[in-house]
Amino acid sequence: MPDRPRRAKGPAPRRPGGGSAPGGPAGGGVRQQIIVSGVGGQGVLFIGRLLAEAAIARGLPVLASETHGMAQRGGTVIAHLKVGPFSSPLVRPGQADVLILLKEENAASHGRYLRPGGWAAVNAPSAPEALAGTASRIIDADALARETGLGKAVNLVVLGRALAGAPAGDRTAAGLFCTPDEIRGILRSRLARQDKLLDASLAALDLGITQTIPARH
Amino acid sequence: MAGRLLLLGNEAIARGLVEAGCAVATSYPGTPASEILSAVARWKAESGAPMHVAWSVNEKVAFETAYAASIAGLRAAVSMKQVGLNVASDPFFSAAYLGVSGGFLVVSADDPGPHSSQTEQDSRRMAAMAKVPVLDPVSPRDARELVAPAFALSEAFGIPVMLRPTTRVCHASQDVPLGKVRPLGRRADFRKDPARWAATPVHRSRLHKELLEKLAGIASYEPTAPRRINPGVSGPRAVVASGVAFAHAAEVLDEMGLLETLAFYRVVQPYPLHPAFVDRLLAEHAEILVLEETTGVIESQFRDRGKVRGKESGAVPEAGELLPETIEGIVARFARKKRPAVRVPKEAPGRRPTLCPGCPHRASFMAIRKAAPKGIYPGDIGCYTLGTNMGAVDTVLCMGASIGQAAGFYHAYRQAGQAVDIVATIGDSTFFHAGVPPLVDAVVQGARIAVVILDNRTTAMTGNQPTPQSGRGALGEATAAVDIEALVRGCGVTYCRVGRPTRFPEFLALMKEAVAYARENGPAVVIARDPCLVDRAPFEKPAAPRRMTVSDACDGCRYCINQFECPALVYDAGDNRVHHDVLLCSGCGVCAHVCPKKAIGEAADA
Repeated sequence: MPDRPRRAKGPAPRRPGGGSAPGGPAGGGVRQQIIVSGVGGQGVLFIGRLLAEAAIARGLPVLASETHGMAQRGGTVIAHLKVGPFSSPLVRPGQADVLILLKEENAASHGRYLRPGGWAAVNAPSAPEALAGTASRIIDADALARETGLGKAVNLVVLGRALAGAPAGDRTAAGLFCTPDEIRGILRSRLARQDKLLDASLAALDLGITQTIPARH
Repeated sequence: MAGRLLLLGNEAIARGLVEAGCAVATSYPGTPASEILSAVARWKAESGAPMHVAWSVNEKVAFETAYAASIAGLRAAVSMKQVGLNVASDPFFSAAYLGVSGGFLVVSADDPGPHSSQTEQDSRRMAAMAKVPVLDPVSPRDARELVAPAFALSEAFGIPVMLRPTTRVCHASQDVPLGKVRPLGRRADFRKDPARWAATPVHRSRLHKELLEKLAGIASYEPTAPRRINPGVSGPRAVVASGVAFAHAAEVLDEMGLLETLAFYRVVQPYPLHPAFVDRLLAEHAEILVLEETTGVIESQFRDRGKVRGKESGAVPEAGELLPETIEGIVARFARKKRPAVRVPKEAPGRRPTLCPGCPHRASFMAIRKAAPKGIYPGDIGCYTLGTNMGAVDTVLCMGASIGQAAGFYHAYRQAGQAVDIVATIGDSTFFHAGVPPLVDAVVQGARIAVVILDNRTTAMTGNQPTPQSGRGALGEATAAVDIEALVRGCGVTYCRVGRPTRFPEFLALMKEAVAYARENGPAVVIARDPCLVDRAPFEKPAAPRRMTVSDACDGCRYCINQFECPALVYDAGDNRVHHDVLLCSGCGVCAHVCPKKAIGEAADA
């Protein structure tokens, strides 16, 4: 029963420890609020669930919220993800630590969720105007996915970009609460017995992480 | 970590049902409730628990099926969305009087917003009107945990119990610990008692009095009493919350440091509200804020409302979803506390939903508009409601209303000596659900209407659940299949033809014939049959994809974009041309018949 909420002592630690296993399995102090945004059919909910399962695999509490029904038919779709001791499944505007944008045009509608100091991973040829001044990782995932024949896996390319390491000093360096290897592990268990789909998914993730198209054999 | 699974609220409710020994579970799909029954089916299969799990033809039948199991002594549950409860309201109200034997849960999922519904109605009001107790879960984890106490409450008082999640519980997901599945091993044992189970009006007054006595007992039943969250905190002000509003409020109060100064309560059972709780709050506090969705059910049960702030007092908005940011503002005002000023830009309007690229409904709507260009187009509930985008759906009232409204339009015009073509559209699942009685009526009353049954042999909008025509059940098992054409003819319709909308020229000719027939004779039914592109188990493979291209004849008029509205057709202002987005195009080829300049065709090298 989610009754008495656990009160954090002092201001809640906003930033997770970065990409390298913050807090260990007990996940002490990890609090990260993430928005995944796109349009129906892009696999927004899939990305939300991968991240949620990565949190559970770490022993962290997780709450997420999804868009279902009519909006899934090509309309704007958003997934809220909260890792840590939260009780509400929704991220309030101005509170998200990370925004993962699968569709550039959604910057105008969902950029408002980012907190000051939060960062975005965006599928776009260049930084969208609506996110001016926001620390961003930009990747033209549509173009990369099309060139590599991974057109259905744009979502994983962008997630790969969000998971990649960043140089110290980069304003996005805090990273996500989980590592690329953890996401690979979740993909392997979710897509067991679907070898082709798993290979394409792992390749799309790597494409986002490395941002380079591997040589063809 | 062991035993904690990421579950949707709906999956968590399903898990609770299977763990608590529910023996019969029924439903009709509808957002946000659809995933409950599919998850029950999965866990039944996984655990091997003896159960009957079924998608029913509509919510009324689903209710009656599960209710019969309950009066035969088994635990049973029926799940639906809030407007589904309207359909099931007839048995719901009566069952409250008759009572139950085995525990009986009515899961009615509300959709504040609304995100995917016609109304924001509050099922708890229906529970109160029927005099049935209702429980408000706050999260997926809590929803699973409430199922067993809900069955216990139902069996303790012999009454149906409503579990009322909202969209943000149904479609939230959370790490949920699982319990053991414990089939109860009960045998069905219906004990005849005509004065109860077949009660005539002479017995109903006694049953009504019994019901009121049950309710009085439930209002002081300890396991569902309101919970004090921060005992020891006393002060002039208290916050009372239920459902997901409680989850939002708990986080907001914590962050604002208000759990040290405001007394905070969770209401588990909003109706009937425990009177002892009301008395204590009114005695202990000067001001009470009530946060709940969607209407002031808890609020209105405070006998003295002078101290109460909520929906009815105007402190909390009465329409729309109660979002955490809204609650933050309400709580700050209530606590006379300033909020840190965070400037958040207004949300820009998002992209509107549209039919999938290659959806056969798009071809059907195009043909309807061409066959009856000045017609009236009554529509219905499903993916194809999106025909509004194409100007091919003029009305959407409720399930099955397209046919009743079409007949109504015909009679309204005819009595004034006017004639108009009327073409109704209704999906196959919706036709089975509520389309048959109005079609019978249209035949009897001689309504000169065309009805297009958009038959993709699936309940697409809610996640491709089977229909009575599919020949498979909730567990994937083989079932009997009802032939839709025979059913239409059985309703007395003499003109009934089947066509494939993706074979556009032939289908357009058929539509013209049907409209002409209806104009002179009476109801004409066209069954537009092509598979749904997102169904993973289609009854028929779609035709092989064609590689489409746009020739130099395209002059950028954008007729295809505006009238056909396929997401795969993209206008490029740079070269004033339309192109196909190859990532989206399904290769159905229907757009070739849409372009007035004949600029769209199959690529030569294909």
